[in-house]
Parts: sequence; C-alpha cells; structure tokens
Amino acid sequence: MKTILIADDEPNIVISLEYLLQREGYRVEVARDGDEALQAFQRQVPDLVLLDVMMPRLSGYDVCQKIRENAAWSGTRIVMLTARGREIEVAKGLALGADAYITKPFSTQDLLTQVRAQLER
Amino acid sequence: MVAQRLVALFVLGCLLFSYPLLSLFNTGGTLWGIPLLYVYLFGAWGALIALMVLVVERSR
Amino acid sequence: MLLAGGILLTSFAYLGILFAIAYYGDKRADAGRSIIANPTIYALSMAVYATSWTFYGSVGRAAASGVGFLPIYLGPTLMAALWWLVLRKMIRISKVNRITSIADFIAARYGKSAMLGGLVTVIAVIGIIPYIALQLKAVSASFLILLQYPAVVMPPKGHPVVLWQDTALYVALLLAAFTVLFGTRHLDATERHEGMVAAIAFESLVKLLAFLAVGVFVTFGLYGGFADLFEHAAQLPRATQLLTLGGPAGTYGSWIGLILLSMLSILFLPRQFQISVVENVNENHLSKAVWLFPLYLFAINIFVLPITFAGLMHFHSGQVDADTFVLTLPMAHGREALALFAFIGGLSAATGMVIVETIALSTMICNDLVMPVLLRWQARRLSERSDLSGLLLGIRRGAIVVLMMLGYVYYRAAGEAYALVSIGLVSFAAVAQFAPAMLGGMYWKQGTHTGAFSGLTLGFALWAYTLLLPSFAKSGWLPISFIQQGPLGIEWLKPLSLFGLNGLDDISHSLFWSLLANVGGYVTVSLLGRPSIREHAQALLFVDVFRTTRRRSNPWRGSASLQDMLTLVGRFLGPQRAEEAFAGYAASRGAKSLREIEPDAELVRFAETQLAGAIGASSARVMLASVVKEEPLSMDEVLNILDEASQLITYSHQLEQKSQQLEAATSELRAANERLKELDRMKDDFISTVTHELRTPLTSIRAFSEILQSDPRLTLAKREEFIGIIVKESERLSRLINQVLDLSKLESGRAEWHSAELDLRDVIEDSVSTTQPLLREHGVELTLDLPERAPRLRVDRDRLKQVMLNLISNAVKFCDRRDGRIAIALHVLPEALRVDVRDNGTGIDPADHETIFEKFRQVGDTLTEKPQGTGLGLPISRQIIEHFGGTLWVESARGQGATFSFTLPLHPQVAQGTASPASEMTA
Repeated sequence: MKTILIADDEPNIVISLEYLLQREGYRVEVARDGDEALQAFQRQVPDLVLLDVMMPRLSGYDVCQKIRENAAWSGTRIVMLTARGREIEVAKGLALGADAYITKPFSTQDLLTQVRAQLER
Repeated sequence: MVAQRLVALFVLGCLLFSYPLLSLFNTGGTLWGIPLLYVYLFGAWGALIALMVLVVERSR
Repeated sequence: MLLAGGILLTSFAYLGILFAIAYYGDKRADAGRSIIANPTIYALSMAVYATSWTFYGSVGRAAASGVGFLPIYLGPTLMAALWWLVLRKMIRISKVNRITSIADFIAARYGKSAMLGGLVTVIAVIGIIPYIALQLKAVSASFLILLQYPAVVMPPKGHPVVLWQDTALYVALLLAAFTVLFGTRHLDATERHEGMVAAIAFESLVKLLAFLAVGVFVTFGLYGGFADLFEHAAQLPRATQLLTLGGPAGTYGSWIGLILLSMLSILFLPRQFQISVVENVNENHLSKAVWLFPLYLFAINIFVLPITFAGLMHFHSGQVDADTFVLTLPMAHGREALALFAFIGGLSAATGMVIVETIALSTMICNDLVMPVLLRWQARRLSERSDLSGLLLGIRRGAIVVLMMLGYVYYRAAGEAYALVSIGLVSFAAVAQFAPAMLGGMYWKQGTHTGAFSGLTLGFALWAYTLLLPSFAKSGWLPISFIQQGPLGIEWLKPLSLFGLNGLDDISHSLFWSLLANVGGYVTVSLLGRPSIREHAQALLFVDVFRTTRRRSNPWRGSASLQDMLTLVGRFLGPQRAEEAFAGYAASRGAKSLREIEPDAELVRFAETQLAGAIGASSARVMLASVVKEEPLSMDEVLNILDEASQLITYSHQLEQKSQQLEAATSELRAANERLKELDRMKDDFISTVTHELRTPLTSIRAFSEILQSDPRLTLAKREEFIGIIVKESERLSRLINQVLDLSKLESGRAEWHSAELDLRDVIEDSVSTTQPLLREHGVELTLDLPERAPRLRVDRDRLKQVMLNLISNAVKFCDRRDGRIAIALHVLPEALRVDVRDNGTGIDPADHETIFEKFRQVGDTLTEKPQGTGLGLPISRQIIEHFGGTLWVESARGQGATFSFTLPLHPQVAQGTASPASEMTA
C-alpha cells in the first residue's frame, strides 16, 4: 500500500482529499504546514506528497526544495496544489523538482488520475 | 606719495590762478617798476614750478 | 639786403641739420644705443607744443589782450602736475595694448571698434587742418617780411594772390616733402621715430634760444631791463589796459576757459600724444618732464610782454602786425643776424609742429581710416599682393601730402580773417572733444562704445557749428548773416551765442556747448546701455592697467607655420625688417636661430604686434587669421566668442530653466510611474490573493460535490458532514465575495452611503444584541459602558454596525478561551466620540499593529491554526471609519489583551462622500 502525504492548511480540503484517497485505498498522512510535512517525512517517507503551495511559515516551494535536496527522499513523487495557476508559478514548481502541478479547484477525477499515474512510475 | 603731492600742487595752481587771487593783484600798480599782475603771474608760475621740482626730485 | 637766396640757403641748411640729426638718431636706435633715452630729451621734445603760435602769436595776442596770452601756458603747467597720474596711465595703457595713436586708443578701449577709430581720425584731421594752416601762414608771412629787409613791410593782405605766386603753397609743398622724407622712410611696428624725436628736441632748443635772444635783445639791448621797459610802456595809453584783466585782456571767464582748453590740448593734440605717449621710451622719464616742460614754457614766455610793449612803442599802431614783432623788432634795429635767427626760430617752431602732427595724423589715417576700409572691401586683392609695406607707406605719404594741401586750402579760404592765435584755439577746441571718451575710457568702466560715439559726434557737431562754420562765414565763404542772425534767421541758433548764451568769447562759448553735449551724450548713452563683454574686458584692461599683470594668458589652438608668418609680416614691414624682428624675437627667447622656435601662441602674438604697428590691431588680426590654420584663440577671439556666447548664455538660461522644469516633471512622472507599478503590484497581489481566497472554498465545494455525486456508498453521516462543509464553504465564499466587492467599492469611492443623524449608543446596543448568539456560543462575557448622554452624529447606521460587528467578532475570536471578556465603552471627547472594544485575549504584538489592517492579513498567520476570517474585516472597518473622518487603531501588547478603538468627529470637515437623496432619513 502506497502512502500519500497531504500537506495543506485548509482543513476542509484536507478532509476531502483524505476521503478521496482513502477510498482509493491509499494510506494517508496529514500535515498542516511545511514543518509538519517535513516531520512526517522523517517518520516515514511517503510515496507521494500532495503539496499545497500557500502554506504558513514554510511554503510549498521551500518544502519541495527541501525534499529534493534529500537524496533519501528522492523516490517520493511531489504533486503541487495551488489556487494560483500562473505559468510562472508552474514553472517554478517544476523547476524546483515537483513532478506535477494541480490547480484548485480541481476535478476529483483529474486528481486521482494524476496520483495514480505518478505512483506507477 | 609723489602723485598725491603733485595733485596738491595742481589744486594750489588752480587756486593761485583763480579769480579771487587774480583780482587781488589786478590793480594797476607796480612792483620794482614792473606791473603787479605781471610779477604775480610769473612769480606764482615760477614758484609753482619750483615746488614741482622739489616734489619730484626729492622723491628720487 | 637779405636776398631770397640767402634766406632760402639758411633755411635749407637748417632743415638739412634737422635731417641729419634725425638720420643719426634712427641709426643709433637701430644699433640699440638710443640717443633719446633721456628724460631731458623727452621733456624737450614735448615742447613741440610751442609752435609758431607761441613764437609769433603770443606777442600778437599780448598786444591785443595783454596777459590774456598766458592761460594757454598755465594750463599745461597745471596739467603737468597731474601728468604723473594721467599721462603715466595713458603711457602704460598704450604700451600694454600696443596703441599707436589717439584713434587707436579710443577704438581699442571701446571694443576695438573700427568705426570709432575712423570717427576720431576724421575729427582729428578736420580739427588740425586750421592749425596746419596757421603754421603755413606764419612761415610764409615771416619769409615775405624778411625778404623786405631792411624795410619792414607787411605782406599784402586782402589781395588774392595768384596760386603759383603764393609763398604759402611752396612752403606747404616743401614741408610735405620734408616730412615725407623725414618720417616715412620705413615702417616700424611700434610706430616710434627716434630720429624724429631727436630732431624735435633740437628744434625746441633752437626756438627757445631764438626767442630768448630776441627777448634779451629787446629788454636789455633796447632798454635797461624789465623795470625800464615797463616804465616806458606805462606811457602808452594802452599799456595799463593790457596789464589788467577784465578789459581787453579778457574776462575771467575766458581766462578759465583757456586754461581748461589748454589743459586738454596738452594731452589730446595728436602731436602731443605721439610725442609724450607713443614715442615715450621709459615711463620714468615722465617725472622729469613734469617740471622741465613747464619750466620751458616759463622761459619762452617771460619775454613776451616786453617784446610786445617794445613793439607797440616802436611801431605805431596799425603799421606792423603785432604777430611779427619777434621778427620785425630786430629787423627794425638793423640786427640782420638776429632777424635771421628769429626767422629760423619761427621756422623751427612751425616745422616741428607740422612734422609731428602730420606723421601722427597720417598714422591714424592709414591704420584707422584707410586700412579697415581696404580690408573690408579688398581683402582678397590685398592678400594677393606680395609686398604690402609699400602700400602702407604709400598711403601714409599720400596722407601727409593731402593734409598739407588741405591746410593750404584752409589758409587760402579762411586764414586771413583770424589772428594766428584764434586759429589755433579752434583746433584746441576740436581735440578737446576727445577728452570725455579718453578720460572716461581710462577711469570709468561703464563707458560704452555707443556712448563714446554719441559724445564724439555731438561734441564735434557743436564744435563745427560754433567755431568752424563761423570761421568760414567770417572769411566770406558763408553768408555773414549766418553769424549775425542765425541760420535761416533763427535767433537762438546763432552759432556764436547758441540758445542765447551771451557774454562768453567765441572759444569759451564753443567749448561750453561742445563739451556739454559731448559729456552729456557720452555719460547718458553709456549709462543707458550696458558694455558688451568685449568692451568690459577692454575697460578692465584700461582702467585697471596699473593693477593687472603684464602677462596675459593666451588660450591657443592651432598650428601655424613659421614661414607663413614670416612671409606675412614681411609683406607689411618689408622682408628684411621682418627677418630682423623675428631674429630679435628668437634671440630674446634664447634660441640661436628662428628655426628653433616652435610656432606657438607667443610667436603668433609677436607676429601680431609687429603687424599691428603697421596696419592697426584689428587689421593685423584679420591678416594673421588668414595665415594661421585653425585660428588661434587670442584674447580677441575669446572675446568674440564670449560676445556670441553671452547671447547664447541668455538663450541657454532659458533652455536650462525649461530643462529643469522638464527634469522635475520627468522625476515626478517617474515617481508616479513607480507608484502606479506599486499599485499595480499591489493590485496584482490583491487579485492573486483574492483569487486564491476564492478558489480555496471553491475547491472544497467542488471536491465534496463531486464526491457526493460519484459515490453512492457514502454513509448518511458522511453525506451530512460533507453537505455541511459544502454549505459552510459556500457561505464563506459568498462572504468573501461580498467583502471583496465591498472593500473595492469603499476604496474606489463608489460605495453608497446613507447617513443620518443618530445616537451612537443605539448602534452599539444594536450590534451587541445581534452578536448575542456568537457571544453565548463562545461563552464570552460582554460589558457595556455608555454615557448618560451622547451627542448625535451624522453617520451611516448600517456601515457603523458593520464596524461594530467586525470588532466584536474579532474580539470574540481572540479573547481568552476559557474566560472570555469583552468590554465596550463609549467616550465623549471635546470634538469627537470614541468607542473602545477590549478583549482579554493574548494580545497583538506591536509589530503587527499595522499589518492586521492590511488586506487578507490576519492575526494568526503565524499560528498553527488557520483562522476562519477572511482577513478583510479590519480593512473594511478602517475604510468606513476613515470615510467619516475618524481613525481606527489598536492598542495592545503580548499577553495584555487588545483594545480596538475608533473615533468619529462630531463636526467632520470633509464631505462625507456621495450622499444619496435617500439619506435624509431621520433616525
């Protein structure tokens, strides 16, 4: 069973994502901000992390960068979530090492498809 | 210094040959048989020149 | 018994001696061992002031007006005392600026104006012609008289003499030839004629000795000394009259006038300027001249009255012209040798004047009249000629001849009518016109070119009108009614009593009017205008000459070939003299030959001065410029450029101002642009933040909606939970949208306001009751502190309630979890009402006091829990409060709770935005 880490500060979004992913059969971990996300990595390296960009304290970009800096975590897929869809932000995310980028509001189908695809690589 | 003294002599000259002094000697009298005005004019003139000599040569 | 031949022989012999002296003097000068570098010679040469007017005319005048002959010599004596100041300055100025004539002086001072130079030359020529005529008259008359020896017969008067029988004509021609030979053998850059000066000094001695000889003869030979002579003279009825002033001796007025006139003449007669300034070898010679020259005048005048009285006593009235006593007295007493000596003395006096005067005038005519005209119109033809020195000399020689001929013409036309002295005084009055321009130029920096021009023109015009024309009228060339009744019968324009001024003799009258107009014109016009840059620079050079240093800086750019300059100078001075001059220059710079000298600014300057001496400064500049590549920037060029530059400066000042304004505008624009970009950024930020904020609830809504839609296996509980979330997020979304729109409207001023007069206490109570459920939900205790009475305010009720609700809900959010307490208080201030909303929460860090009022910023950004608000409440509240002229702020510290306060002024100054007509509701 694959482990997915959800890192987002919006509780309701977390609930929705949690429900969706669990329904799909993934094990879900939750983090409310960047620090919590990194701590979760320390406990157990997830197979995929859904990373919200706009988070207090440590932003999604920083977390992404930190994940990629760590060789031990290089197997984790990073999917960034954001309400901002500007090209430059997408490019920045991908340049920092994210594997995919999903804009909110997202279609649940799209999200699940993307997650599956990333985990099969 | 010389210049100032010479200017003073100039002023003196103007005075010597001005109306008041001239009229003083403008009588028909004579001095040593020579008409007064004549004596005065040449005398004053000569004296003025002498003073100029003094001023200039003394400063050398 | 004295044959014409004898007289002629003696005369020519004398002239020969003069020539020899001049020749020797020049030779010694060329060899560098000048014989005239001697203050005594200098002073003696100045005695060229005494012409045949002095020699013959003084006696003539004394016979008519007694001591009235004397002022003409007192004046120069007085001026000599001032020489040390005035003349020395003139000499210094002229040396420094390479000035070679009066015309040059005036032209140079007033901006190197060729026009002024020309005008001065014309005035000088016209003014001096009568004076030259006077000398001709004296020589020819004395010759004719001596011819009759031993009979004393006056030359026939009144009969028009046939031209080729006119002695005067031959005298004129002879003198012209002599002068040409004498003074124009070559051109000298400094315009100095050492030989001439030596000869003139010699002549001064001769005439003095001759006069003294006659004087001594008369006083001690014919009588027993002064006393004896005057005693005898007293028997003459006229004698006493002549010995006092006020009678025919002349009034005091004319006495003063003549003194003044002669004071000016000793400076401004062209021959005096030539001798005392141009020919001056050493400034220090002046100190001796200061007393030696007056002494000379004293000596030559001391016997005038004795000779006069002797003559009056000897020759019965009318028989013999008093003008001739100096000659006729010895003749009448059979003293042949003495008479001849006297004649030579008179000849000496006349030739001295003519030589120096015509040379000075011809220099002016050549440099300041002819050359500028030639250069302007014939510049190309001139530059093609290989040797211009011949041209220059030719011009000068021609000028001398023309001057002599003009003198002769005047003599024929008007010479008979006047005694010698009167003619001379006419010339004195003419050159007196130079005084304002020259003295002003030396001492007054404000004098301008136009001023000098006006003064000179006016003075000259009045001189001509009051003296020259009347002289023609008295000789019959103009109708006598011109004098007696005025032109066209206009009385007050009578030339001899202009505007009704009577009581002055002709000369003083003319002097008064001409100088008045001259000085008046000069000063007024100068003060009305401003000196140009060049004029001002020249003024400084002149007026401050004793203070300025010798060396003048010469910014120079360009190259010139040595050979070119040599050739150019050679064309004017003659190749040989040019070579010599340049060789001398090379030696002075320590080089062995001219080839070693680098063509530089100094060399160009040297070439320029050499040329200037020959053709005048301005012409020299033009010629040199044609030779030197890339015109050298001499001080002149600089001034030229500065002149134009001064115009440009005015323009550029205006431009500068405009460009400053432009710059100011640009920087303003730039600042505005920055602000706009900032706003843009803020707007972008705002938009992206708003987008983010909007999308976040949307995400939940969509996600849950899709879940609900797609998942049939959802439990009811889950369904309810999810729908609940959808609803909440929808609410959140719409709240957010509303607030964003609200804030946007408030900020842009498009919000609607419905203000009415109301009691704030009502609003507060209303808000409290609205929030009761919230308070109860969180278990928060609220206390109200409202005063008994409160003034009414004109505000928008709903908006104010919005503010209160916001503050209260914030307080609820942040007050203590367990023991939440909120206190609301209303205070009445002198000019406003204040409301405080205090909570007992954890407080807000002072650093965040302002940030919480920013859009989308909430307290708790740093906390782990994401707060539920939109982050727009406080900004909106602030907008509302500020709209009514109040302020909203917070006071708080960590752990001390927070107090949000706002004030509302009772009488707001600014208009409360747009109030719709519906706002006239009563509370």
